[in-house]
Amino acid sequence: MRVTLFVTCLTDTVAPEAGIAVVRILERLGHEVEFPPAQTCCGQMHLNAGYRREGRALARRFVRVFADAELVVAPSASCVGTVRELYPTLADGDEAMAREIDTLVPRVFELSELLAGRFGLEDVGATFPHRVTYHPTCHSLRVLRSGDAPYRLLRAVRDLELVELPEATECCGFGGTFAVKNADTSAAILADKVRCVLDTGADVCTASDSSCLLQIGGALSRLRTGVRTAHLAEILAAEGR
Amino acid sequence: MVANAMSSARDEILAHIRAALRDVPPDERPEDVSVPRDYLEQEPDATVERFVERVTDYGASVRTVAAAELASAVGEACREADVARIVVPRDVPAEWVPPSIEALVDAPLAAVELDRIGAALTGCALAIADTGTIVFDGGAYQGRRLLTLVPDVHLCVVREEQVVDGVPAAIRRIAADVRTARRPVTFVSGPSATSDIEFSRVEGVHGPRRLALIVVRS
Amino acid sequence: MKRRGFPAAARKALRNDQLRGNLALATGTIRERRAKAVDERPDWEELREAGRTLKLRVLRHLDSYLVQFERAVEAAGGHVHWARDDVEAGSVVARLVAEAGATEVVKVKSMTTDEIGLSEQLAASGIEVVETDLAELICQLAGDPPSHILVPAIHKNRTEIRDLFRRTIGAPDLSDEPRELAEAARLHLRRKFLSARVAVSGANFGVAETGSVCVVESEGNGRFCTTLPQTLITVMGIEKLVPSVEDLEVFFQLLPRSSTGERMNPYTSLWTGVTPGDGPQEFHVVLLDNGRTSVLADEVGRQTLACIRCSACLNVCPVYIRTGGHAYGSVYPGPIGAILTPQLSGVGGDASSLPYASSLCGACYEVCPVKIDIPRVLVHLRSRIVAEKAGGAGERIAMRVLARAFADEHRYERAQKLGRAAGRPFARKGAISHLPLLGAWTDARDLRPVARQTFREWWRTR
Repeated sequence: MRVTLFVTCLTDTVAPEAGIAVVRILERLGHEVEFPPAQTCCGQMHLNAGYRREGRALARRFVRVFADAELVVAPSASCVGTVRELYPTLADGDEAMAREIDTLVPRVFELSELLAGRFGLEDVGATFPHRVTYHPTCHSLRVLRSGDAPYRLLRAVRDLELVELPEATECCGFGGTFAVKNADTSAAILADKVRCVLDTGADVCTASDSSCLLQIGGALSRLRTGVRTAHLAEILAAEGR
Repeated sequence: MVANAMSSARDEILAHIRAALRDVPPDERPEDVSVPRDYLEQEPDATVERFVERVTDYGASVRTVAAAELASAVGEACREADVARIVVPRDVPAEWVPPSIEALVDAPLAAVELDRIGAALTGCALAIADTGTIVFDGGAYQGRRLLTLVPDVHLCVVREEQVVDGVPAAIRRIAADVRTARRPVTFVSGPSATSDIEFSRVEGVHGPRRLALIVVRS
Repeated sequence: MKRRGFPAAARKALRNDQLRGNLALATGTIRERRAKAVDERPDWEELREAGRTLKLRVLRHLDSYLVQFERAVEAAGGHVHWARDDVEAGSVVARLVAEAGATEVVKVKSMTTDEIGLSEQLAASGIEVVETDLAELICQLAGDPPSHILVPAIHKNRTEIRDLFRRTIGAPDLSDEPRELAEAARLHLRRKFLSARVAVSGANFGVAETGSVCVVESEGNGRFCTTLPQTLITVMGIEKLVPSVEDLEVFFQLLPRSSTGERMNPYTSLWTGVTPGDGPQEFHVVLLDNGRTSVLADEVGRQTLACIRCSACLNVCPVYIRTGGHAYGSVYPGPIGAILTPQLSGVGGDASSLPYASSLCGACYEVCPVKIDIPRVLVHLRSRIVAEKAGGAGERIAMRVLARAFADEHRYERAQKLGRAAGRPFARKGAISHLPLLGAWTDARDLRPVARQTFREWWRTR
């Protein structure tokens, strides 16, 4: 199939390995990957921070950039959540925009939704010989309701030891601008998430959102825990090392 | 002066509400906002046994007896609670009270008297099996609300046929009385409790600390 | 509330280890209980939807329901008063107390009376208010504002309470056993109940059809206050109505399970006007607006008024369970407070930091028994705050600059390259441990620098 990649501004800029991994997975599965370079950002940060006008403009742009896509995949539950839940509230009476949004939304998927849901796969040909724990992310849990799709994909990865994360459904404390505007509270919430990650004895903490991984990874690194983060895509693309 | 202020407050608030609801179509009636009633209207397995189980969980003592044994059950419950005098509503039948117990009729008594006597015997309107609730509506054998509140010991007679399965059933039973007779209704589910201290539950803050139920088999 | 805003207040609260411990214990316990009580009901989602739509029906027709309620209360021998704001409500109550010839009132816990500062207003009129809820009594004796909707004294542990009681209610030998503490309160308050002539209560629900008022409680002080005194004054927010008595069957199931994690709470009282020979012979309802009609006017924010004050959202909120209620600077804390307070008092004012006191995790929406989409309302309020320019100018400029960069892929790529160059001096082994502009981030976490090769740069090399 022809799959169009929405890499997301965060992944593009700070965590490109996750985007590269998505390309590897899809090509390994025999799909053709497209990357419209006009893409930038879905507007999530602006919309969530209350900058509706700016966010709306970015949404309008996004919808145009991906108008011809058959299938759009993003390595981000929060970006897909924004498109799916927030975009339909942005038309404000502009019928053409509303139509564009309505036709695009059903074609946009987060990676694990695409692989396990749309493609019905569990084994995507990956090998990742590490002890891994998975953080479900608030968007994945409550907005996309990914359920056990990511777990099924991880369990099918060769040589991967999956350890359950205690208090998994608790937020990591990122929340976009919240991490900066309410930095102390964000750090307090993060402290408990890090504690849970360390309690698993895992070498790697994974999730479907680079934003949460930035938050969790930032603390794991600062505290010199020796535990690293890896995007779900990286694990599913891995072939042995 | 006060009346004017009041009617203008009323007028202003209602005017603000109407302005706020500009988006509601003027021909929309309240019933047009549909309320799905897909929740359970009946509790499965809700029986007298379930009711007894639930109230026992609350620490109430329960005796199940035949109608003829009611007075002696009352006597036993009083002995157990170390009570020799009880207050009763005016309409409680004499057959409920054993000879060993002195029953004072709430004619009405002053609240401090009720507090001093410390025990009351009443019937109830209904009981709810699923939640272990006893419902009072001031009807037969119940008297006024103070009787089930002030005395520290409350002896309550529940007839088997008064037990309904769940909360919806109970509400539907008392709804008519509330609508027409405007009866005050009290739902009692266990002794008074507070979790205000470290969320650890402490019982008997106010209200009767001892509840003794006598369930009469039909 | 002092003009500090939530972030500063939270910073202080987070450092209070005693508070952190109290909150973790309390909210953890109640979360488990709620989950167990809710899991028992196979029709929980159906109950939630019924609750949501019942409240929606009332809100969309609030004027006619209020008029119906007023008529019914008066037909039942009660009196209805309308109050536009806190001061008006306070003066109505003070007048009624004076007319009843009393200088002391017993009071049942009511967030609505806290909201209007009733005790302070009555005190100014020479009327003493006796709080009869154990937690409110504790807060009153300690001079603290409440910190949780349901358990207002959760910020105090048993030893702190023992010390307080020893000092204030004449119980010098008291231990810190919760049982003994409750007994001391019982005796102290019983004396007050038996002599009280006037009581003030709030209301959990008002039934429009019959004019009935309902109080849901655990301790029994509500029953005492609403049956012993000669005069009862109930202060009720205009949004508290339900259409008919039967509709209570939904809320009687939603509320106890959501708030204390019980199938039913110990005492629920439902009275209608005045009953001769039983309870107060004079009954007044004060209907309170105090900003509710403003909330009603906001089509997205309106759902906030569906709240039945269960506090389930507080107990699952990653923010609230760590900062506690005082950090919100408002009578209503936690997720519901973050949306209710700014709407009641104005988004541009002191409460403008509250809608940002959230990571938008959505746990609150999951547990709300009447399905208030709190995250959606939070984001909506943020957009109102931005539109009213009530946020910071620095942030506004930064957001606009970013939006411009995102609006064009060439500008965007230039910004990426700029960010990479700017961060280079700060990056060591792939991590930035301190970045002047983002100090708030780097104080607690390392930051990843802009990648040596961004994704789009990589894509171009294929």
